This record gives sequence, C-alpha cells and structure tokens, in this order.
Amino acid sequence: MEIKPLPWLKQSLAVWRKDLRIEFRTRYAYSALIMFAITTLVTVSFSVGGFALDADISAALLWIILFFSAMAGLARTFVHEEEAGTVTALKMAAQPEPVLIGKYLFNVTLLSSLTVLVVPLFLVLLNQKVLLPGVLVAVLLLGCLGLAGASTILAAIVAKAGAKSSLMTVLAFPVLLPLLFAAISATRMAFAGGLPRAITTDLLMLFFYDGTAVVASLLLFEYVWNE
Amino acid sequence: MLNQITIKALSKAYRRRVLFKDISLTIPDRSAFVILGPNGAGKTTFLRIICGLIPATSGQVEIIINGQVLTAREKRNQIGLVSPDLALYGELSAVENLEFFAGVRGFSFSLDRARELLHLVGLQGRGHDLLNTYSSGMKQRLKYACALLHQPHILILDEPTTNLDESGVALVDKIIKQHKQRGIVIIATNESREVAYGDQTFTLA
Amino acid sequence: MLGPLILGVWMTGVIIASFLYMPATQGLGEMGRIIVYHVPAAWIAVLAYLMAMVNSLGYLRRGQLHLDRQAQVNAELGTVFCLLATVTGAIWSRGAWGQYWNWDPRQTSIAVLLMIYAAYFVLRSAIDDPDRKARLSAVYAVLAFFTVPFLVFIVPRIYFSLHPDLINLSDRSFNMDSRMLKVFLASLAGFTGLYAWLYKIQIRLENLLYRLEMKRSE
Repeated sequence: MEIKPLPWLKQSLAVWRKDLRIEFRTRYAYSALIMFAITTLVTVSFSVGGFALDADISAALLWIILFFSAMAGLARTFVHEEEAGTVTALKMAAQPEPVLIGKYLFNVTLLSSLTVLVVPLFLVLLNQKVLLPGVLVAVLLLGCLGLAGASTILAAIVAKAGAKSSLMTVLAFPVLLPLLFAAISATRMAFAGGLPRAITTDLLMLFFYDGTAVVASLLLFEYVWNE
Repeated sequence: MLNQITIKALSKAYRRRVLFKDISLTIPDRSAFVILGPNGAGKTTFLRIICGLIPATSGQVEIIINGQVLTAREKRNQIGLVSPDLALYGELSAVENLEFFAGVRGFSFSLDRARELLHLVGLQGRGHDLLNTYSSGMKQRLKYACALLHQPHILILDEPTTNLDESGVALVDKIIKQHKQRGIVIIATNESREVAYGDQTFTLA
Repeated sequence: MLGPLILGVWMTGVIIASFLYMPATQGLGEMGRIIVYHVPAAWIAVLAYLMAMVNSLGYLRRGQLHLDRQAQVNAELGTVFCLLATVTGAIWSRGAWGQYWNWDPRQTSIAVLLMIYAAYFVLRSAIDDPDRKARLSAVYAVLAFFTVPFLVFIVPRIYFSLHPDLINLSDRSFNMDSRMLKVFLASLAGFTGLYAWLYKIQIRLENLLYRLEMKRSE
C-alpha cells in the first residue's frame, strides 16, 4: 500500500460530498438513525417517569441508544452502492482507501448530527444532571469517531455478504465492546463527577481505540473491496 | 513509445466449471478488438478481468502504456468502461455524476468540460436533471460521457448499443471510430454490425 | 490407530488420578480439582484461536483456500474448548465465590472471545461463495483481534479480578502441590494431544467435503 495523504484527502472528500448529497436527497440513513433513537429514548423516558436515574444506568442507556441507532443506519452507505449497482463504477474510478475514508467521514457526520439532536433530548427527558459538560462533549466526540471507525469497514463486509439485516449488529457488538465499556465509564463520570486521572485514562483509551480502528480498517479494506 | 495489451495464458473457472482456458493474445495500439460468443460464454467475465474487477484463475493481463506495465492502481485512470452492469448514481444529476467521477479520480472538474461531454453524447440541456428521471437510453449515453471523462487510452465496451435509438447507435459508431485512431477499443458483442469494427476478433466457445 | 488408543488410556488415567491420586488443594478444597480440566481447556482455546488467526492472516497473504479451512477448523475447536473453559470456570466460581457469573475480567474476556467467534460463524454462514466467505471472515477475525488488547486494559479498571494466579509473580514460585503438578501437567499434555487428534480428523473431513462440493459443481 502506497500512502499518498494529499490526493487521498481530495478524493475522500469527493466521496464524502457525493454521499452527503445523496443522503440529503433521500434521507434514508438519517431517518433510520433518528427514528430508532427517538423511539427508544421516548420508551425509556416513559417507563422511568419523573425519576432521575443513577448516573451508572443512564450512562449505559445513552450508549445503548447510540449503539443501536448507529447499527440501524451506518451500514447504509455501502449497502446502497451494492444494491444500486454503482459499486462497479466506483471501483473503476476510485482507489480503495479514499472510498473507505470518504465513507468514514460520512458516517462520522451522520452520527455526530444524530448525537447533537439526541443527547440534549436525552438529558432533558431523563432529568440527567451533567457535572462535567466538557468531558461529556469529549466522550461523545471520541465515541462517535470510534463507532463510525469500526462500523464503516464492517458495513462494507455486510454489503458484500448480501446485506442480511441483523448481520451488522452481530458483527459490530463484540468489536465495539471495548469502546462501549470505556465510553460508558467516562460518561458516568461526566454525569456524576470523578477523579481527573480516571477520566483521562478513559478518554485516552477511546482515543487509541479510534486510531486503531481507522488504521486497522485502512490495512484491511483492500481485501474487502477488491474481489 | 509502446502501448499495447498482452494477455498471457488467461484462464477463468468458477469452482470446476471452466469458462475459458489458456487465452494468449496481443492487442496492438490504435486498433479495435472484438470478443464474440453465445450468452454465458464468459464475454463479460473476460472484460471484467481485463479491467481488474475480478481475478483470473490463472494467467495475466498486462496493460502497457508508454512502455510501462501498469499496476492495478494505475489501470484505473487508463480504462473507460461502458457496461450494462455498471450503474451511475440515480440520485445525482448528470453534471453531479461527472463532477464526482472527476473528483474521485483526482482530476479537477470544469463545467465547460461537462457541457462539452454532454453535448457529445446528445444530452445537452438535460445536465441538471436527476438520473432517476432519465430513460435507459439516456443513461447509456451518459455512461459514454463518464467513460470518456478522464480521456483514457483504453475503451472497454460491453454490448455497446444496448437501449440506444438510431441516433445513439450513430453516436457510438462515431466514438468507436474516433477512439480507434488514437487508442485501443475492446468490444464484447454479438451484433454483426459491431463485429465489423474489429481489426481482430476472438470467439469464446 | 495406536495414537487415539494411547490418548484414551492417558486421559482416563488423568481423570482417575485427578480424583484419587491428587490431594484436595489448600484453600480451594475439593473444588480445586477442576483446575486439571479448566486450565488446560483454556490453554487449548487460546492456542486454537491463535492458530486460527495465523491461518486467517496466511489466507489474506496468499489466498489459498485450504488455509481458510484450517482457520475454520481451528476456530471451531477453539470455541468448543472455550465453552468448556467457561463452563468449568463458572462451576468453580459458584463454589469459590458463590456465583456462577460475576463479570470477573477473565470471564468478561472469555465471553467477548466467544461472541467474536459466534459472529465469525454467523458471517460465514451468510456467504455462499467460498472465496468471498474466506476473505471476509478472515478480515473480520483480524479486525476483531485488534480490539482484544483494549479489553485487557479496560475491563480490570471496572471490575477487580478475584481470579487466582497459578504462578505467583512476586516470588516466582508455583502455587501447587507436587502431586497436583504432576497430574496437571499430564492433563495439559493430554488436552494438547486431544486437540491435535481432533484437528486432524476435522481437517480430513473438511477437505473431503470440499472435494465433494467441487465434484458436484462440475
């Protein structure tokens, strides 16, 4: 693999722009994400009623909602290329790495716009206090990068495996568990406070997970993309 | 400098069903090569192997441009493919499709170039309509625009005139004759009119 | 034919010795006897999963289908032994800590390993084309492998481990009675032999199934 960051970046941005444009016109992935997040959020809020939950439990709930919403929408980019038959044209025109990076950026965009909408709603509906808002923002940002990072290549695998519906969740869960553990632990401390050292360790862990997910995906993507 | 395609002992089998075996030939520069054969003989598979979309079971395809054998990555910008199983983005307009393919190939895009190409394939005035509103013949015409966009040396056409009307067929005729003058054209077809383009033909059993 | 026979006699000997020859352990009591089965099963699970990983990487490098069959057989055997280790571990945990499952770091890691390979088998069953199946499942196995080290760091920070260590790192001594050590090592050798024998049979079966498939598609 020859690494050419600058041309890759331009070509990745072309893929990202194209996917955003299509998503903007069809809203297929975004509506799946939003619908899932809102439905689960309302269900949880309804059953909890007016009580404030423990920071432990609401941190876990938040990430369960984000994880399953991500699973509902993130596979879409690759599955759509495969279903519409545009994958041949894309393969003939693009190097594998810009395709992966472009789709990764697109998934990050999708997830962060979901987070921006869902998290404030979550805090309001569940009466959740946030002692350390800065930490919460950092966790959400790193968490979205990691969720998208591991999910993008898995989406490519799922698309090649015939897009069986539940496959994405089954494949992603064990791979994303370390991310979820660290994110839940850091979110709990963002809600209820915690030792600075413990928070830094969790954030660092998320950071390294994100990096590893992207590098591993870049190394392996060629095997998924080319026949 | 030398430009040519060399195919060495090319074979393809799905499990043990052999599609073709030990094909060796050379396609020289400034010529057209026609591949014939009944449905299911492996014409499309043959073209897809030349494009590098699927691997051969054994043997090699060497694309030589300016005396250099191209790597799999370099091939992309030297081949333009038109094929029934290549689809363009239906949610984008013709101009947006051209813009995307230029961008992803690493070329800069200009509206003038897009207009010129759309004029060439007879889609002037429809450049800003979404492809979903196009007829299949218009989509086929746009595929030619996309295949010629990056000025490839090699043009690979699978059933070149599917879905095209009379003027579309004339357009393809013009494109093939022009491209033969300066590069290589490979055509998979069964229509006798198109077979006549070939300086060299090969029949898959 | 002699190999399996010796193996059968050997394992029978280990089983009898683990109850009659070996003394009950200090602290763990009669429950400690399970160590003779639990630790070797866990060792074989790790060994088989590692071999599966080596086979998967080999397949991605060289693209030969027999490497994919080896990866599959190793993943299957790894999962069987991993299940054995999980069940024996849970029984022991019930005896020692009063609960079958309590998210001890080792229990967590083993559960995640099982989930990864369960997903691996689901993925394989979803794809028909053998080359594609081999490629995608190898990529998945390697990708999942990249995330395992994070568990090793993250999980112990959330739950402290109560799992006993066989080797005491501070004074570098074995925490084991000499008779127990003999039976334990014999069991370790027996389990490794069992793995090798099962692997040989499974590979032969998979190769035959593959050849049959090829014949049918002719």
